[in-house]
Parts: sequence; structure tokens; C-alpha cells
Amino acid sequence: FLSYLLFGHGINVDLQTDATLQVDISDALSERDKVKFTVHTKSTLPNFKQNEFSVVRQHEEFIWLHDSFVENEEYAGYIIPPAPPRPDFDASREKLQKLGEGEGSMTKEEFTKMKQELEAEYLAIFKKTVAMHEVFLCRVAAHPVLRKDLNFHVFLEYNQDLSVRGKNKREKMEDFFKNVVKSADGVLVAGVKDVDDFFEHEKTFLLEYHNRVKDASAKSDRMIRSHKSAADDINRIASTLYTLGTQDSTDVCKYWTKLFPLFSKLSKIEARVAADEDLKLADLLKYYLRESQAAKDLLYRRGRALVDYENANKALDKARAKNKDVLQAETSQQVCCQKFEKISESAKQELIDFKTRRVAAFRKNLVELAELELKHAKGNLQLLQSCLGVLKGDT
Amino acid sequence: MEPSAPGNLRCFSKKKRDLTKPVNVFHSTGDGMNAYMAYKVSTQTTLPMFRSKMFTVRRRFSDFLGLYEKLLDKHAQSGYIVPPPPEKSIMGMTKVKVGKEDNSSAEFVEKRRAALERYLQRVVCHPSLLQDPDVREFLERDDMPRAHSTQALSGAGFLKMINRATDAVSKMTIKMNESDVWFEDKLLEVEAEDQQLRKLHIMVESLVGHRKELSVNTAGFAKSVAMLGSSEDNTALSRALSQLAEVEDKMEQLHQDQAASDSFCLAELLADYIRLLGSVRASFDQRMKTWQRWQDAQNMLQKKRETEAKLLWANKPDKLQQAKDEITEWEAKVTQYEKDFDRVSSTVRKEVLRFEKEKARDFKKQIIKYLESLLQSQQQVEFWTLVCIHNRLFHTFF
Repeated sequence: FLSYLLFGHGINVDLQTDATLQVDISDALSERDKVKFTVHTKSTLPNFKQNEFSVVRQHEEFIWLHDSFVENEEYAGYIIPPAPPRPDFDASREKLQKLGEGEGSMTKEEFTKMKQELEAEYLAIFKKTVAMHEVFLCRVAAHPVLRKDLNFHVFLEYNQDLSVRGKNKREKMEDFFKNVVKSADGVLVAGVKDVDDFFEHEKTFLLEYHNRVKDASAKSDRMIRSHKSAADDINRIASTLYTLGTQDSTDVCKYWTKLFPLFSKLSKIEARVAADEDLKLADLLKYYLRESQAAKDLLYRRGRALVDYENANKALDKARAKNKDVLQAETSQQVCCQKFEKISESAKQELIDFKTRRVAAFRKNLVELAELELKHAKGNLQLLQSCLGVLKGDT
Repeated sequence: MEPSAPGNLRCFSKKKRDLTKPVNVFHSTGDGMNAYMAYKVSTQTTLPMFRSKMFTVRRRFSDFLGLYEKLLDKHAQSGYIVPPPPEKSIMGMTKVKVGKEDNSSAEFVEKRRAALERYLQRVVCHPSLLQDPDVREFLERDDMPRAHSTQALSGAGFLKMINRATDAVSKMTIKMNESDVWFEDKLLEVEAEDQQLRKLHIMVESLVGHRKELSVNTAGFAKSVAMLGSSEDNTALSRALSQLAEVEDKMEQLHQDQAASDSFCLAELLADYIRLLGSVRASFDQRMKTWQRWQDAQNMLQKKRETEAKLLWANKPDKLQQAKDEITEWEAKVTQYEKDFDRVSSTVRKEVLRFEKEKARDFKKQIIKYLESLLQSQQQVEFWTLVCIHNRLFHTFF
């Protein structure tokens, strides 16, 4: 039932809904410190025992699947769909806890209202994390090669716990050093000029694009946060107007009672505007930040393979010159050549597909965002005009 | 440099008289901390008590405070609600004096100018205060002596002094035999309203802050989107992103305008009425004081009568006459103080009713002004969003 969120997000528009393999997250349960996703599969492929089945998975198992793709040499020539971000309810939980602690210091109405707001916030974060995990699975299912992966099938079908515990401290340290080495290496590899114009252009483009998406994502988050704060303020103003309306018996009282519903509705619209920006703009930018990183990783792997190929060529020349271990050098060179060519071939198509997906997603989201903003502006206008009409007509 | 006042507040009155009072600003040529801001106070009137029909004078901020102190001295005891001027602000004025030519000092100057204008409007709209020669002198006289005493006390300081004195009065466990429940209820109402208005003011200030922040962040976002658009290699999308950046730039301006509107229309209105409610409470306290004086006189009269009785018993005829004289004296005082109390009570009551009418009018006007500015903003948002939808996105994509 949550698959509407995928298309609501519009992050990956061009995914073919293929009858041979359809994956979605049909249910999710939030427990104290983990989220349990119900992964539901419908497939006509012979690999699976049944045509329709469900399993329960946690975030760490998604990460395991993602990492297994990254570490698989066979997939070096593909853009690995970015891993979904870890579900983060810490901030929301902290707020709910603080509310519970402060229960004694506020009225019953205030408490109920705040509780409802915080619960709605929690629900929104929850829906988002489900959508992010679902998008990952759908990307894999839509990919012509990755969808055949054995680990993926195990992930979908095996109805026991995959027993992939989270990384321990030592493994995390190893990852850290691996990343340091990789980024140093990446700089070296990036420095190598590519003969192929297509890839040379892509390299330059992706580097700049990735950095700018990162900046745009950060700036959009900041803007949306301010917007939410302003909406909250308007809401609080509405509450105070309500109190003033109930306790005042003077002539000015009627203005309070007219303003309270106006501000209340205006605050809801502002909150919706911020929420729509979050969904259509912020999430979009965040996703393409991760995907552009995955594309960069692909280019890195190809660059690495190119360097290895060139080194193998040099080694072969040396061996021939010395007439020592020539056969070994020849085989090594052939392996490198094949690897490089295989990656190059698939990488080109992957990068073209990436562009197509990106353009379509941006188009969809920008158009939808503009339409929503128009709707909200019209809503605001109607509220303001009607309230002004009442106030002015009143003698 | 004399920026014109954006709007005059007219004062409603049943009598056919015209009294408009725009307050303009102009800077003096002093330097550094010795510089002072002079305000141009222009009056237009048909009232016969003034020397001419149109005249302008220069006044300093301390002059306004001086006027308030004089009016307070003379009229507060009668139970009048004397409108308070805006508070002295050391921070705000220092920035302006040091010549900081930025948005916040321009805003501060404009806010103060408008607040002083509203203050004068309230004074002249008060039928009794307008008759005060000090008010006439303030509006008319070309060279007024500097009000030195205000250098020690700001308007707020003065109010605080009054409030402290009245708090002391209330702390004395006087239980007024409230023959008129109206006053008791009214005071509670005023106190409750004061509390809520203060809350509201804080929230509106918070909103202003967040909108300003939103404006800044929108500008940052707009630049970022423009950069993203320029590095996007799909031409159609690149154009769409540039368009988005342009629209966000417009939004930045709208948010800023909205914040200014929140501040000037709402926050200032609330601040005015928080101060005014202080004056209303002061008038209630004055009434309390006159009641206390009457009670004290009655107690004194009682004591004098007891003294007389004792003297009669002790048979001291020489002291008896003095006692009788004192009784007559205090009887007169009791009668006078009772009359005073009744007079002050009726004044306070009238004042409160007048104040409430004025408050309702004021709020209605300002709220309409505020909503109209919001309306204008939203119309702009609608316009720019439509441009976005119809122009670029459709043509480039469809």
C-alpha cells in the first residue's frame, strides 16, 4: 500500500513496471530502535519457488545487499543504486520524550495538540524512510543485470533472518581506511586524462554537478527549515488569538475570533508548502546527490581499470624487452584489457540512462512543485480575501 | 534628508475639526555621540486655540518624553489614561548615531518615527489632554527648553516607577469594599489581556525573525540552483533550473517584505497596546489611591471624634474647641475626598470605555492593513508561480 509513495516521490520515473519482477514494501513497523520492512515480491521468474511472497527485512540487510553489489567485480561497470539512508527517528523521539516530561506544565489541549503534531512529524519521517528503502529495491529490480543477482533473490525470498549484523568497531575502522585510500587513489585516477571524449566529458561534468547538487541540497534544507519554523510561529499565534477571543468581552474581541481561524488555516498551508518543498525538492536533490556519487564511483572504477590496463601494457613491453615471463605478462594484459572494455561498454549506457532518469525526475518534480505552490497561493488568497471581506464589511 | 511619512493617522472625532499630524525625521549635523535625531512635527488644524492653521516644529526624542512626564504629573491623578511614548533604546540609537547605514538602523528610525507619530495622535485625540497648554506648546512653540529631567528616566523607566508605586499600594492588604464590581472585573480583564498580548508580541517577533531567516536562506538557495542549472548539461533542464532560481530570487524579496509587514503592522501595534494597558492599570491604581485617601480621612475623623469624646469626659474646655475645629476640618476633607473618589471613578470608567472603542478601531485598521499586505504578497507568489508553469517549464519540456 505504500508503493504510491514511490510514484509520489517521482524520484525514479522511468522504472518499467515489469510483470516478471515487481517489488514493493507492503508494510512497515517501527519498533523501539529498529524498523521492520515487509518486502513483498510478485514474480513470474522460474528462480523463485512461488509467484508471490513476502519477507521481513531490516535496514542492515539492505546495506548488506548494497555492499555485496559494490564488492562484486562483475558489477564494476554499473551504477550501483545508492543505499537508502539509515532510519533516523532520534530527533523526533527526543521531542516526544521532552513533551512527555513537560506534560505537567501545559494544559490538556496544548499537550494533545503538540502530541498530534509530533506524531504527524514522526509519521512523515517514517513514510519517507519506507519510500527510500522501496526506491532502492525497485531500482535493483528494474536493472537488467542486477535483478538476476543471487543475493538479491535470497534477500527477497529467504524468510529467515539473514544474520547480517551491523559492522563492529574494527570493521568500521577498516571501512574508514578503505575510504581514505580510495579517495587518495581517486584523485590520482581522476588526474589521468581519458582518450575517450565521452568519458572525459562525463568525468568533468559529474565532478562539478555532484558538488553543486550537494550545495543545493544543503541550502534547500536550510530554507525549508526556516519555512517550517515560520509556519510553527503562525500556528502558535493562532492559539494565542484563540485564548484572546475566549477571554475578551470588549469590542476588540470579535477581531480575535475572526483572526484565529484565519491564522490557523494559514499556518496549515505554510506547513504544507514547506512539506511539499521537502518532498519535491529536498528529497529529489538528496537522492541525486547519492546517485551522482554512485556514478562517480563507476567512473572511478573504470579509471582504476584503465590505469591497471596501461600498467599491464607497460609490464608486457618490459617483459618482451627482457624476454622474461612474457606469457604471464600477456595473460595479465589480456585480463586487464577485457575488464576495462567490459566496464567501458556498460558504463556508457549506464551514464546515459542516469541522465535520462535525472532529467525526467527533475521535470516531474519541478512541474508538480510549481502546481502545488500555485494551489497553495490560491488557497491563501481565498482565505485572505474572505477574511478581509468580513472585516471590512463589519461596521 | 527628509523621508516623507508613509501615512498619517487621522483621529476620528464627532466634532468638525481637522487635526493631522505627520511626524517627519531629519538628521541634525552633530557628530558621533553628540549627534541627535530631530523630528519634524507638522500640524494642520482648524482649531481656534492655535496661532495658525499650519505649522511645523523640531523636536527631539527627549522632548516627547518631557511632554509625557508633564501630562502624567498633571492628569494621572484625575484618573486619565495618559498615552505613553515609545521607550528609549540605547542600543538602537547608538547604532544610528555612529552612522551605521544599514537596514536595521533605517528600520529602527522608521519604527521610532511612526511610534512617535502614533503617540502624538493619541494625545491629541484625547479631548481633555488636547486642552492642556503643554500640548499646545509642544506643537507650536519654536524653541522649547530642553527637557533635562528625562535624561535620567526613559519613558519606560517612568512607567516602571509608577507601576512599582502602585504595586506597593496593592500589596497593602486593602480590601476595597467594591460597591462597583465593574472595576474589579475590568481590572482582571485588562491584566489577562496584557498577559496574552505580551505572549502574542513575543510570537510575532519570533515570526519576523524566522521570515527574515527564510529570506536569507531563499537567496542562498536561489544562487545554488542557478549554479546547478549552469552545470546541468541537458539544455531544457538547465533552462528550467535557471528559471527556478529567478523565481526563488523574487520569493526572497517577498519574504523580506512579509517580515517587514509582520513587524510594522503587527509587532508595533502590539507593543503600543502593551504600553497603553500599563497606563490603563495606572489609572485604576490612581482610583485606588483616592479611595485609600478617603478611607484614611474617615479613620482620622473617627480618631478626632474619639479625642473629642475623651476631652468631654475629662472636662478640658480649652482643648475642646481645638478638637471641634479639627473635627470640622476632617469632616470637610472626608466629603471632599469622597467627591474626589467618585469623580476619579467616573473618569476612569469613561476613559476605559473610550480606550476600548479606540482600541477596537485601531486594531481593525491595522489588521486590515496587515491582511492586505499579505494578500499582495500572495498575489505576487501566484503570479511568479504561473510564470514558472506557463513559460519555461511547458515550453522547454512539453
